[in-house]
Amino acid sequence: MLSSKASSNCHGQDSLYFLGWQVYEKNPFHEVENPTGIIQMGLAENQLSFDLVESWLRKNPDVMGLKNKDGESVFRDLALFQDYHGMPAFKNELVEYMAKIRGNKVKFDPNNLVLAAGATSANETLIFCLADPGDAILLPTPSYAGDLKWRTGVEIVPIHCSSSNGFRISMFALEEAYERAQKLNLKVKGVLITNPSNPLGTTMTKDELQSLITFAIDKDIHLISDEVFSGTVFDSPCFISIMEAAMDSNLKRNTDVLSRIHIVYSLSKDLGLPGFRVGMIYSNNQTVVSAATKMSSFGLVSSQTQYLLSYMLANKKFTSNYMKRNQKRLKKRKEMLVSGLKKSGINCLKSNAGLFCWVDMRHLLCSNTFEAETDLWKKILCEVGLNISPGSSFHCSQPGWFRVCFANMNQSTLQVALRRIKDFVERSSFNYQQNGGSLSRKLISNWVRKLSSADREEQER
Amino acid sequence: MGLLSRKATCNTHGQDSSYFLGWQEYEKNPYNEVNNPNGIIQMGLAENQLCLDLLEPWLMKNPDALGLKRDGISIFKELALFQDYNGFPAFKRALVDFMGEIRGNKVSFDPNHVVLTAGATSANETLMFCLADQGDAFLLPTPYYPGFDRDLRWRTGVEIVPIHCTSSNGFKVTLPAIEQAYRQAQKRKLRVKGFLVTNPSNPLGTTMARDELDLLINFIEDKQIHLISDEIYSGTVFTSPSFVSVMEVLKDRNLDQTQVWERVHIVYSLSKDLGLPGFRVGAIYSNDPVVVSAATKMSSFGLVSSQTQYLLSAMLLDKKFTKEYMSENHKRLQKQQKDLVSGLEKAGIRCLNSNAGLFCWVDMRHLLKSNTFEAEMELWQKIVYHVKINISPGSSCHCIEPGWFRVCFANMSESTLKLAIQRLKSFVSSIGMKSQSHQELKSLRRKARNNWVFRLSLQSFYDREQDTTTKVSFSYRPHFMSLSNIAATLDAAA
Repeated sequence: MLSSKASSNCHGQDSLYFLGWQVYEKNPFHEVENPTGIIQMGLAENQLSFDLVESWLRKNPDVMGLKNKDGESVFRDLALFQDYHGMPAFKNELVEYMAKIRGNKVKFDPNNLVLAAGATSANETLIFCLADPGDAILLPTPSYAGDLKWRTGVEIVPIHCSSSNGFRISMFALEEAYERAQKLNLKVKGVLITNPSNPLGTTMTKDELQSLITFAIDKDIHLISDEVFSGTVFDSPCFISIMEAAMDSNLKRNTDVLSRIHIVYSLSKDLGLPGFRVGMIYSNNQTVVSAATKMSSFGLVSSQTQYLLSYMLANKKFTSNYMKRNQKRLKKRKEMLVSGLKKSGINCLKSNAGLFCWVDMRHLLCSNTFEAETDLWKKILCEVGLNISPGSSFHCSQPGWFRVCFANMNQSTLQVALRRIKDFVERSSFNYQQNGGSLSRKLISNWVRKLSSADREEQER
Repeated sequence: MGLLSRKATCNTHGQDSSYFLGWQEYEKNPYNEVNNPNGIIQMGLAENQLCLDLLEPWLMKNPDALGLKRDGISIFKELALFQDYNGFPAFKRALVDFMGEIRGNKVSFDPNHVVLTAGATSANETLMFCLADQGDAFLLPTPYYPGFDRDLRWRTGVEIVPIHCTSSNGFKVTLPAIEQAYRQAQKRKLRVKGFLVTNPSNPLGTTMARDELDLLINFIEDKQIHLISDEIYSGTVFTSPSFVSVMEVLKDRNLDQTQVWERVHIVYSLSKDLGLPGFRVGAIYSNDPVVVSAATKMSSFGLVSSQTQYLLSAMLLDKKFTKEYMSENHKRLQKQQKDLVSGLEKAGIRCLNSNAGLFCWVDMRHLLKSNTFEAEMELWQKIVYHVKINISPGSSCHCIEPGWFRVCFANMSESTLKLAIQRLKSFVSSIGMKSQSHQELKSLRRKARNNWVFRLSLQSFYDREQDTTTKVSFSYRPHFMSLSNIAATLDAAA
């Protein structure tokens, strides 16, 4: 009756990632009205710098009012503007802003920029342009794959990364994934990386990027670099875009290297404007730009929004100030989370970007399995009252890692969250101490358990 | 370099068709009353520009709507973060109320059945993804909006099989035509998933009659398939007969609690009646919860900007304003349409009797050198290049009768429309057809005339006779020449 797409659930919306969200919605934390509610730490949003944007808006009321510099209404022009090439002024500002984020080490041509309704739309459109149904895209794990498979029909083949080297993409893992795809008779069309990484919060080195580019040239495939978090790099090492890595003279010798590299960007993460649906594809490949431009008809950016943001980004003083202060705030907040977790004996992967930390809770698992990870996740959600994202929802191959977001709440809420974790860990470690303190699966005799529960009661009194 | 997808390299986006090419020619030499009075007048764009002056004062009186304030307090942060694919509740409520108003409140809609999308373009494609798999087919009455070739087929892999309608009955959908299309689909081994109709019709400008809707409903009941009713022009019905939505017919037939109720889906948008195509506001309405659920998740690929949802929820909630707006909108559309129709009539050109839309379906068959699509293309090129008016040839809308053109009237001022009509009048007299009224042609066709009457009319008479006696294959075929041919011919004509 309906399509197979409508009846299937490979849109991935039934994963724990979304389940946690749903539970949170039923009992959301509020400092005043619901202080025992669930704290949302599963949402990678940047709410730390709205005051800066709002202050700019207050100083520029005409832009919201759809008036130009001479105070004349541009409503009519905007109401009718549906050109899928996008508003030229907006694209000009976007490419300058993107270059600024990259320390002006690369320059972008607005004619190679295609607007889309959010990075979600941009990623899907790129896949439609590069791959046919049944083709494969390699994706390093852990990563947020979104709904790439659903309507495009591509297969996602994971590149397994592990904590042994900080989850970096090794050439070995890359080749292994490629071979795995071939064994499954899948034609690999490209690799999709997220840099800075979600959920790791780390940026890739130049060497890593160049190895990927070499791999792509060698296998004659594409490279998509989702750089939506590029504006959230708050610490060294500084951000190196795939475009910068490709500019290296050795690689440039291969003349079509630029035509196989494509960037996705959006204003949802650094500027904190996910509701406005501003995403984009950048590509030097004219066929891709042309096809993606036509496909953008299925998800154009509202002209009202294009107008507002073109003015905001045109104010270079504002963007410089915003970038600097936003990054400072992100760094401070991340350090608060990392140090707080450390006090509870929990380590995070060393990170320099993003709106979250990749947290190591392997030692809190009662067994090195994903079942144990899910159990721990449930406990943290329901007993501790924190919605964090389990590594399995990012297809991590090792159980026990969690993504914990820090940029979508105020300082006091984060403090509450840290306190709750501390209490939880202390309760759990007390149990472990009584039970021999190891992660082994040996049976616990009844009298030990009784003892520990008696002691726990004492403590809570 | 790595190969791209088939989608990126094919031309199923259909943008090589004359519909888009005429647009391109216009862009090179656009008419402007002051700066370029000899430029090409754009009559190929179905936009409603007649009432934007009514929206502007509303915006001035309601600064909070644009200023993203509620009771004077900024809600910028709330909106900037709002990316819930279930949509802004207040906006969906306001939208369903507005949709109900347009249908004379004879049907009411449930906001929980609405899925917001970035324009009707996105809505139509999303519905295809939800209802059909690659290789399935939807039946569409011709002539239809050229953009459907891209919107419904390109990324979905769904096929369109045309239901051919003709001028013999005012292009209405008939049972034999539907059955013929269904059989054709089966011959091509395509699984038919449903119908998609545009009501009011683009390019005809007519609303569907109850019996036509009954026909479709009976058929989908019998074959257990879907019906998508693209009602984006429902707010542009400016004269009788009044608009009858498919939902109304289902309700009247007491089918609203049956299975067929769940297989009828509506597409709407604010681009045509409110004249706001730039804001990208479309919607799917469905009574099937699985479709609503899947489409809602798919809308992630094309959500409506929260900034825009907020603005329009405020506007649509002002019921006094929307009522006044719609009434004035209809008045102005009706006047403009009347001006076009009467102006064309003075030039000996008739239009299909229409009561809605932003365009007329114009009969220029008598101006063709022969009853062929080549002749239609030739005429079209003359009109674009020499008369300097961009109109849409019927072939780009998959009409099976050559000589029909869609001419838009709502995207220009009264004076521009007058000028366009004047140009057409001069053109027609220059090709010696001034005296040839449509009535005379009709009588010519009825009687068998000798060769010496009028060379032009006779040639077209013979060709038309041949058409009706020969079994023309109704398989889908593009009625436009390949890009390279068109480009070459246009260059020559220039």
